[in-house]
Amino acid sequence: MADDVVRTADGIPLKTKLRQAERRELRRALLLIAPLFLFIVMSFLIPILVMLKNAFYDPDLGNNLPQTTELLRQWDGKTLPGEDVFAAFAADLKVASKAKTVARVGKRLNYEIPTLKSKVTVTARKLDKVETGPWMEAVTNADPIWNDVSTWVVVKRAGSAVTPFYLLSALDLKQADDGSIERTPVERRIYVQVLGRTLGISLLVTLCTLVLGYPVAFMLATLPQRTASILMIFVLLPFWTSLLVRTTAWTILLQDGGVMAQFLNISGLTWIANKLGIISGEPHLFKTRFATVLAMTHIQLPFTLLPIYSVMKTISPTYMRAAKSLGATPFHALRTVYVPQTMSGVAAGCLLTFILSLGYFITPALVGGGSDNMIAGFIDTAMNSEGNWGKSSALGFVLLTATLTLYYIYNRLIGIDKMKLG
Amino acid sequence: MKKLSVLFGAALLAGTAFAPTARAGDELTITSWGGAYSESQRKAYYEPYVAAGNKITEAEYNGEVAKIKAMVEAKAITWDVIDVDSPTALQACADGALEVIDWAKLGLDKAKFIGSDVSECAVPSIVFGTVFGYDTSKMATGPTSINDLFDLAKFPGKRGLQKNPTVNLEWALIADGVANADVYKVLATPEGVDRAFKKLDTIKSDIVWWEAGAQAPQLLADGQVAMTSAWNGRLQAAIDKDKKPFKIVWDHQGLDWDLWSITKGTPKIEEAYRFIAFASGAAPQAEQTKHIAYGPANSDAIPNVDPSTLPNLPTAPDNMKTAFNIDTQFWADHGDELKERFNAWLAK
Repeated sequence: MADDVVRTADGIPLKTKLRQAERRELRRALLLIAPLFLFIVMSFLIPILVMLKNAFYDPDLGNNLPQTTELLRQWDGKTLPGEDVFAAFAADLKVASKAKTVARVGKRLNYEIPTLKSKVTVTARKLDKVETGPWMEAVTNADPIWNDVSTWVVVKRAGSAVTPFYLLSALDLKQADDGSIERTPVERRIYVQVLGRTLGISLLVTLCTLVLGYPVAFMLATLPQRTASILMIFVLLPFWTSLLVRTTAWTILLQDGGVMAQFLNISGLTWIANKLGIISGEPHLFKTRFATVLAMTHIQLPFTLLPIYSVMKTISPTYMRAAKSLGATPFHALRTVYVPQTMSGVAAGCLLTFILSLGYFITPALVGGGSDNMIAGFIDTAMNSEGNWGKSSALGFVLLTATLTLYYIYNRLIGIDKMKLG
Repeated sequence: MKKLSVLFGAALLAGTAFAPTARAGDELTITSWGGAYSESQRKAYYEPYVAAGNKITEAEYNGEVAKIKAMVEAKAITWDVIDVDSPTALQACADGALEVIDWAKLGLDKAKFIGSDVSECAVPSIVFGTVFGYDTSKMATGPTSINDLFDLAKFPGKRGLQKNPTVNLEWALIADGVANADVYKVLATPEGVDRAFKKLDTIKSDIVWWEAGAQAPQLLADGQVAMTSAWNGRLQAAIDKDKKPFKIVWDHQGLDWDLWSITKGTPKIEEAYRFIAFASGAAPQAEQTKHIAYGPANSDAIPNVDPSTLPNLPTAPDNMKTAFNIDTQFWADHGDELKERFNAWLAK
C-alpha cells in the first residue's frame, strides 16, 4: 500500500480500531459500576447535599408569615415598622393560629430572642379575639416586646429563606442588629470548644491506636503463619462484636468497685497513686475522659492495625537482612529501612481511625462524663431532642468542612492519594 | 446479551431504591418509655388486649418531641399511639403533631380522669412523681429533704440526675429557698434561671447524668452514685422485684402525668381509639398498679388498688405533703431555650 498508516485486515486504521475497542471497554466498565454509583449518589451524596442545604436554607418562617415577610423586605430597620406591617402580622398570625403553625413561628424566633416563643403564642391567642385595627395598638398591647425595633429586625432576618443564622451559631457567632457579626453571650458559647474537643480526642485516640497497634501488626506480619493466624483471630473477634456491646462491657469493667477498680486496689496501684497525690481515695474511672479514650481506642484498634498489617505483609524480609548485613544495628535498620516502607499503611490506618472517631457519640455518652460530649452528640441532641434541623445541619456542615480541610492538609503532607499500597 | 443483562440488573437495583417502606398491615404500634414502666404496661394493657384478638407492636423512645414531629411532617408515621409526658403532650399538640381527642368516641367520662384537661390531644394514664432515692445498705442515715441532695458535706458521693432541665431546675431553686408556689415565677425570669444554674454548679462535678429511666436504679445498684433522682415507679420496681434495699425520699417530688396520645395522620386511628379506651378502663388501670407504683388517672380504678400498694403511690397523702405539680405550660413555652441553655451548661 502507498500510505504508511498501519491498517487492520478490513482496511480501517489500527489507531481508530484501538480507540473503538477502548471506548467499548470503557462503556462496559461504566455500566458495571452504574448500579453502585447510583446507590452511592442516592444514599450518600443526595442526603449529604440535603443536609448541607438545611444549614443555610430555612423557608419556614417566610412561609408561615408571608405578608409580614414581604412587607418587612422594604423596611429600613431603623425605626418601628408602620401600621401596614402590624396589620399584615396580625393577619398572618390569625392564619397561623388556625393552621397550628404558631408554635413553629415562635420556636424559630425563640432561637434568636429567648422568651419570644411564649410571647408569640400569647400574642396570637390575644389577637384571635381582636376583629379590627388599629393593629399596632392591638399587637403592642398583646406584648410590649413588639415595640422593640430589635424584635422586628430579628423577624425580618428570619423571614429570608437563605440565612447565615445557623452556620453562625454553629461557630458561636451571631448577627447584631446592625448586621455586624459578634460572638454569642458567654453562657451559650460552646460549639467551637466542642469542635476542638472532638478533634483533640480523635487525635489522641489515633495516636493511642497507632502506638498500640504498630507492634501488634509487626508481630502478626512476621510470625510464622500458624501462630499469626491464631493471633489474628484475637484481633478480629472483638471487631465483629457490636459496638454497643463493647461499650457496655467497658461500663461494667470501669465502674466504681468493678473489675478495674478492684485490680488497681489489689495490685497496690491505688495506694501508690494516693501516696503520689494523683488521686485521693478510691479510683473513679467511669464517666471520665479516660474511660472515653480507653473505650474508643479499644473499638478503633482493628481499624488502625489492619491497614498497617496489610502493608507490612508485602514487605520482603530480605530488606532488613540486607540492611543488617551492611552493618546497621537492628534498631537503625528498623528506623531507616522498615518503617518508611510501612508509612502508607500507617497513613491509611490513622486517617481511617481519625475520621471515624470524629463521628463518635454513643461511646462518650455511655462511658464519658458531661464534659466529654463530642460534636456528634450535639448534632444528635439538636436533631432529636430540640428538633432544630438548621442547627444540626450547620454543625454537620462545620464538621464536614473541618474534616475535609484536615484531609487536604494531610494529603499535602503525606501525599496519600499518590501512594501505592503494596 | 451481556450488556442487556447488565442493564437489566442496574434497572432492578435502581427500582428497589424507590420501594416505599411498608409496615405489617394490621399491627398497632405503641411507643413508650421502656424498662419497668413498659413492662407494667405489657402486663396490664398489651397482653390482655392481644389476648382479646388484637395485634400490637411495641416501640421505645425517651420523650423526643422532634421524632414525633419529624414523623408527621414526613408523612411516614411509624408510631400510632404514643405514651407522652405532659410537656411533650403540650408541645406536640401545639405543633399539630397529635390528634385532638374525641372523648365521646372513646366512650369515657372525662370528669372521672385526673388531669384530663392537661392537653386536648392526650388521655391521662398515670400520675408519677420524680423523686430521689438512696441505697440503705450503703447509707445508714440517708437524706430526708431536697436540701440533702445539694449537701455534699453531710452526704458525700455522686448524685444521679436526669440529663434534662425539667425538675432539676425546680429542685435547685427550692433548695435555694424558693417556695413551691413561686418556683415557676422565679424560673420565668433570667435572674431566676441564673440562680438555678448557680445552685446546680455547686454539685456539678459530682453529678452522673442518666437519660433512660432504667439507668437511674441501675446507677444506684452499681454503687455508681450515693443518691439519684428517678421516676418513683422505677425505684419501687427495683425495691419490689429486684429486692434492692433502696429508699425513696418523697420530699418535694415533682408530679407529672403520662398520657396516651395519637400521632396525627396515622392510618390506624380507629384501632388507636379502641386501644386507649381499653387501657383507660378501671380494671386494667388498677392492674397496672400491681406492677408499678404509679397512680391511675381513672378515679374509678382507685378503689380496686391493692391496699399494700397505696402508700407507695405518688398520690398517697403522706407523699403529697411537699409535692409540686410540674407546670407543663411553663415548660411548653420555655422548654426550648432552657434545654439549649442546659445543654450549653453541661458541655462546659
